[in-house]
Amino acid sequence: MEDIIEVENLTKKFGHFTAVDNVSFKVKKGEIFGFLGPNGAGKSTTIRMLTTLLRPTSGRARIAGYDLEAQQDQVRRYIGLVAEKIILYDRLTADENLQFFGRLNNLKPAVIKERSDRWLRRLGMEEWRNHQVGTYSTGMKQRINVVRALLTEPDILFLDEPTLGLDPQTSRLIRDFIAEVNETGATVILTTHDMHEAETLSDRVAIIDCGKIITLDTTENLKKMVKNISNPTFEDVFLTLTGNTVRDIASSRITSTSRMWHGRPTNRVR
Amino acid sequence: MKEIISHIWQIAKKDLIEFSRDRIRLVTFVIMPIFMMVLTGFIFPSQTTLKNVPIGIARLDNDQTSEQLIKALKDLSMKDSQPAFNIKTYQSEDEVKEGIKKQEISGGLIVPEDFSTKLAANGQAQIIIIEDQANPQISAITTQVLEQVVNTFSQQIGTQKVGYLLQKEKVVPSGEAAEKTALAFLKPITTKLLGLIEGETNYFEFVAPGIMAMVVMTAVMTGLAGSVSREKEQGTLDGILISPISRLAIILGKATSQSIRGLAQGVIVLILAILLFGVKIYGSLLLVFLLLILGIFSFVGLGILVSASAAEQETATQILFMFQFPMLFLSGVFFPIQQMPKIMQQISHLVPLTYAIEALRKVMILGAGLTDIRTELIILFSFGLITLAIAMPLFRRMITR
Repeated sequence: MEDIIEVENLTKKFGHFTAVDNVSFKVKKGEIFGFLGPNGAGKSTTIRMLTTLLRPTSGRARIAGYDLEAQQDQVRRYIGLVAEKIILYDRLTADENLQFFGRLNNLKPAVIKERSDRWLRRLGMEEWRNHQVGTYSTGMKQRINVVRALLTEPDILFLDEPTLGLDPQTSRLIRDFIAEVNETGATVILTTHDMHEAETLSDRVAIIDCGKIITLDTTENLKKMVKNISNPTFEDVFLTLTGNTVRDIASSRITSTSRMWHGRPTNRVR
Repeated sequence: MKEIISHIWQIAKKDLIEFSRDRIRLVTFVIMPIFMMVLTGFIFPSQTTLKNVPIGIARLDNDQTSEQLIKALKDLSMKDSQPAFNIKTYQSEDEVKEGIKKQEISGGLIVPEDFSTKLAANGQAQIIIIEDQANPQISAITTQVLEQVVNTFSQQIGTQKVGYLLQKEKVVPSGEAAEKTALAFLKPITTKLLGLIEGETNYFEFVAPGIMAMVVMTAVMTGLAGSVSREKEQGTLDGILISPISRLAIILGKATSQSIRGLAQGVIVLILAILLFGVKIYGSLLLVFLLLILGIFSFVGLGILVSASAAEQETATQILFMFQFPMLFLSGVFFPIQQMPKIMQQISHLVPLTYAIEALRKVMILGAGLTDIRTELIILFSFGLITLAIAMPLFRRMITR
């Protein structure tokens, strides 16, 4: 299988703090690639770099065959993103939001309409399409947000904790939808703290901790690594590999004003 | 190119729709220029706003001449037929001074005991004007008007006296000719005030172009920085940034929506100035808009720099306030920069707003044409171009820091 993402020695430093440390991995075309790690491990930073939102300090990556640094615009044509924060305007309706982002991606209004019709129906949001997004619940917003990320029918879909804070019903709906989208050929990079989600969806999983990838394998093989527990769950795998200590990490991307109030960001506390 | 323009328009349109649905922002958007206009229009003093200013008069002699002088003061009215002074009578100079101390009156006039006797004896009499130093601005206008009244009155007496002499010595035949000649002797040179436009301008006409330029430009700068940092904070900027569109289109889209808003505010100011304060525009309205647009252009670069460097809205507002506050005073919105010390005048000419305001005044008050404001137009355009050239690459870098 051909590699759609190739990451080589990717590093991101914020001042003295290294958020992502010399990370290398490959994602195969058409797979769901789970990207797990404790809070502050560097998952989101990696995703932001791979989606051209953050400039790597060093290292390189090829996305869909294009160089991340030199061919940003080409890279952007192949990716869709569901980020930590919902990318929708509260004062626009779902339709207006989708038209706006679709047009920015050079899609014709009719194409946007046809695609949103299809997915809004699938996600049960059709009757809400003319309401302002600000009036929605979190679950409703996230459904529209996923449709937005899919408008361009991207080859690669980055999902940064897509089910965070959602009720079980919406989580299930979105999870099923991710699997469907993947079946149509899209490659999915998924970060989540939901171990069950990671296990059921992912073909392969990379676990990142302290900015470094500590393991990368199929869920089955990862489970086999846990020797001291019989019939280990995926959570056991995660805890065995990353330890039981609760992480306390201050993001170095804390802004100057908040730094003024809270002091300098501490590095990690072990 | 067609694509970029379409993207610019998409972003601008989206911003304007969002804005139009935010009631609070919409209300403040309209109210802010109204406040600015009404406050400056009604509060700042000018000669014509000398209305019912309380002054104290102590008349220590009992002659008809001084009575006439006081009557002249009482009858003095400004153009809207309101009396200029509200006269209070005191018994002595000390009482008048006491009145000023208590701030019952804003100035005083003393007619000394020997006033009439000196005049009658063909000597030089004196009127004492006491100023209220606690209130220099009012005091300057008050004393100036008092002096004028006394001078005119003094001249009348002089003319009568000289006229009488001329007639007595048979230099001129009739009484009427005598007074004419007397006046010519006493005041051989007169002045005539000629403006470039008809009628008299007031402080408000001076301040209106300044407020208009300021409102428009601060609106654009705060709007631009606010809108970019708000989207950054909410995360929606990511959605725009991962689209395969030119970074220039993002900035120009934002700048377009803010410029449309700024111009709309400018129009509100203009309409208020015309309807509420009777400001007349003597030059071309088209030129006024051209100046506003160039003024906006000159600030876009600065707005981008601030928005790119500030991660949060609050930070952006703080940085902007740091720029705006000194600019308000340096650019001559409220006071002519010619009144400032030399060094401050030089500094004020580093601020693009200064040129925008100067040019707007020339067009609006003096009816200047395109060639009269050529320099200002060139400076505004170059300032915008240079800051934009610095800001664009920085925006690219900072936005993906």
